[in-house]
Amino acid sequence: MVHLAYLMLLLPLAGFAVLVVGGRRLGDPLAGWVGTAAVGGSFVIACIVFAGLIQLPADHRVVVHQYFTWFDASGLHVPVGTLVDPLSMTMCLFVTGVSALIHLYSIGYMKKDRDYSKFFIYLNLFVFSMVLLVLADNLLLTFVGWEGVGVCSYFLVAFWFERESAASAGKKAFIYNRIGDAGFLIAIFLIFEKTGTVQYESGPGGGIFGMLSHLGGGTATAVVLLLFLAATGKSAQIPLFNWLPDAMEGPTPVSALIHAATMVTAGVYLLCRINPVVHQTALGMEFIATIGAVTAFVAATIACAQQDIKKVLAFSTVSQIGYMMLAVGSGAYVAAIFLMVCHAFFKGLLFLGAGSVIHGLEDEQDLKRMGALRRYMRWTTVTFTIGYLAIAGIPPLSGFWSKGDVLDNAFAHYKPLWAIGVITAVLTAYYMSRLEILAFGGEPRFDQVGPEGQPALPEPHESPWVIRAPLVILAFLAFFGGVLNLPWVHTHDLESWLAPVFSGTLYNNGLGDDALWALAVTDIAAALIGVIIAYNLWRGAQVDKPALEPAFLQRVWYWDDFYDLVIGRPSQRVATFCAWVVDPRIIDGAVNGAAHLVKVTGTAARRLQTGYARNYALGIAAGLALLVAFMLSRTWWG
Amino acid sequence: MLHALLLASSSATLPDVIVFAAAAVVILMGAIGVVTSANPVHAALSLVMTLFGVAVLFIEQEADFLAAVQIIVYAGAIVVLFLFVIMFLGVDRGEDVTTEPLVGQRPLAYVFAAITLGSLIAMGVTAHWVTGAHQVVGPIQGHVTKNPSSPSGEPAQLGKQLFTTYLFAFEATAALLVIAVVGAVVLARRPPTVHAEQEDETQSELRA
Amino acid sequence: MSLSGAWYLGLAAIVFTIGAVGLLVRRNVLIMFMCIELMLNAANLTFVTFSRMLNDIGGQALVFFVLVVAAAEVVVGLGIVVTNYRRRATTMADDLDSLKG
Repeated sequence: MVHLAYLMLLLPLAGFAVLVVGGRRLGDPLAGWVGTAAVGGSFVIACIVFAGLIQLPADHRVVVHQYFTWFDASGLHVPVGTLVDPLSMTMCLFVTGVSALIHLYSIGYMKKDRDYSKFFIYLNLFVFSMVLLVLADNLLLTFVGWEGVGVCSYFLVAFWFERESAASAGKKAFIYNRIGDAGFLIAIFLIFEKTGTVQYESGPGGGIFGMLSHLGGGTATAVVLLLFLAATGKSAQIPLFNWLPDAMEGPTPVSALIHAATMVTAGVYLLCRINPVVHQTALGMEFIATIGAVTAFVAATIACAQQDIKKVLAFSTVSQIGYMMLAVGSGAYVAAIFLMVCHAFFKGLLFLGAGSVIHGLEDEQDLKRMGALRRYMRWTTVTFTIGYLAIAGIPPLSGFWSKGDVLDNAFAHYKPLWAIGVITAVLTAYYMSRLEILAFGGEPRFDQVGPEGQPALPEPHESPWVIRAPLVILAFLAFFGGVLNLPWVHTHDLESWLAPVFSGTLYNNGLGDDALWALAVTDIAAALIGVIIAYNLWRGAQVDKPALEPAFLQRVWYWDDFYDLVIGRPSQRVATFCAWVVDPRIIDGAVNGAAHLVKVTGTAARRLQTGYARNYALGIAAGLALLVAFMLSRTWWG
Repeated sequence: MLHALLLASSSATLPDVIVFAAAAVVILMGAIGVVTSANPVHAALSLVMTLFGVAVLFIEQEADFLAAVQIIVYAGAIVVLFLFVIMFLGVDRGEDVTTEPLVGQRPLAYVFAAITLGSLIAMGVTAHWVTGAHQVVGPIQGHVTKNPSSPSGEPAQLGKQLFTTYLFAFEATAALLVIAVVGAVVLARRPPTVHAEQEDETQSELRA
Repeated sequence: MSLSGAWYLGLAAIVFTIGAVGLLVRRNVLIMFMCIELMLNAANLTFVTFSRMLNDIGGQALVFFVLVVAAAEVVVGLGIVVTNYRRRATTMADDLDSLKG
């Protein structure tokens, strides 16, 4: 049954093809059901393959199938194949599952949109690319999936491309991704140069993982740092994170799927996939952990001052992925995956809930214009609150266990980073509580005229069942997701499941039960402190508090402005120079100059054509004289 | 090598030298006369003088047949043709030889001529080339066949070579002469006026 | 027998040069033709000289052909001169400048 893995790729691809050809004819809502069925089928296959994988003995759970050779050139052999192991199956399960739920959600959310079927075309293509990224058995195929999700992210963020801001946001996302991709490619080159292969497990010498000795310390560090650069681009970490808030211009299902649950986790997945290489470089791991922790903190501070509901959640995503990177840097890959899975559940839930709110308020996204939605949108309120409690880290929801796991391992290795992580946890609880209160608590503000003169909104309505059903399912998962890796020794399910992938690199964090209890209490205290502070500050009717939302935080620590100043403007100046000086004067000058030269030469040479036969005879005489003189010179000097 | 060849055949006697000198003077006077005469008729007569001098030198060099041919063809036919055309066109007036409308034509002409002449003479004097094999085609004097009673002498040898080694060239030049005659006839015809009148009639009939 | 060939060759070179100068300097087309004939004669003299020096009849055979071709050339050339005179009433080479570029 494991050999059915390729169907997980084919089904979304088939859905994409069918919708490309006949999507417009199928129309609203049939095109959406076709897309959902394709991804739903992919999820079913994922369950079947998972069941098949469980039946294999624990140390035989790495199955590589190669279907054909992509190309074979001068020592570089790149097959097209799947690598089915616990890590890739875990990823596939939640990727296809959450994607299927979001497809279902989109049927309702994108109703009456002019480009309804196009949306599902892009969504299906995205799922195909993401599954390809996860299942690939070699670095180049992973890169293909990596690029594929980047492209689909561009398509989907700029879905409403007639809006200038959406079009530029799409470009921004793609360009930031591209910078990371350059790092990815150079890392592939380095790995190929040292090991002669790009496959993970198969190929001569046992693939990359069999030839770790070829990757000396310096090379391993370079490779890891380059791949981390790619991960910062894809997963929105410092320094390439500011595309993610802008990407909220896309429709909310896109934000939920790509920028919460799947694409942004691709960076973390990549680092986990090459964990044997990561493990060889302590410097690399320190670097990753530091960047992760700092990003988590910076993003959390920014989220405290945002007024758009989606932007709060976007910065929250950046912050949570920072936690995952912190886990990877601490060698706690299982904790990173655990948080990734739980994050997919609760962040997906939060985004979809936000989408429901936006949908109910007729596309209003400003928190300052919401309020008391609990009275009008019961289902949305309850599910959203569950997601909020999960991310804040309140036990016994999944967020507490997963974030706790990360912080425990951070404590074991990098105490300063652990401290930053705890402060960030306080901030997380604070800004999520602020969001909850502003949107669902207090008194209604939507029936008043807005701060910039916008008209009052009608009473919000609850969303249809296609939107509510995924919310409920995700709420259930967010509530009980912690069961996957509870820290008591007997139920370390996720860890033992993923052990073969990380064998040899699993750090035993060596913390005794006492330390774990103390850390757990610290986590709970941090969450409660954040919640209480938020309640005290935001409970009243006065929601305009500039002191709590300084411009520095609202403007993303002026990061965008910094990039514009340092990179954007100089580049524009270079471009202007090229356009107005190099192009017209130098390049056109050269071309025109060549033509001018021909003209000048021709005009000069024209004076030879006098029309008089005697002048031409003179030319012949000149030639004769020359010839005879040459012969003479030959006789004299040989 | 040229040196050696030249010296080898230098078994010159006094009559040879006088003949050569006289012929040379005649040739040079004629040449300069052609180049400097204003009147074309004078130039043609100077040309005849040159041709006669060249014929004398041919005889001097044992090319009797060629000397005869030279007189008959060149002086007797070609120069006569020249004179015919001069008289026919009526251009026996003088031309102004002192002025030169084209800029730089005369000085450059003198320069190139000087270079050419100088180089040729210098090469002749100082060169050590191998000029060529002897008797590649055949001797100048001698019997045409092995039979001692066959014709001998330069005309006979020339005839033999013309009709064997150079047969194709001989026939080709014959064809060339025919073509030249036909071409001259076509070129020099009066423009046809009768045909033009007939064409006009036909055109007007068609239009009507 | 006769003088060494060098003298004849020198004479031929001089006549050739005189003919060349005449061709370049004179404007009357008919006289230019005559200069061409001068040059051809100089060449013929050279051929015959070498024929005698190398005792080879080939040189004289070539002179024969040069003679024939010169005759043909003069015939056609004068035909052209006549035709041209009919159109433009001039035998000055400088008046034929319609190919001036």
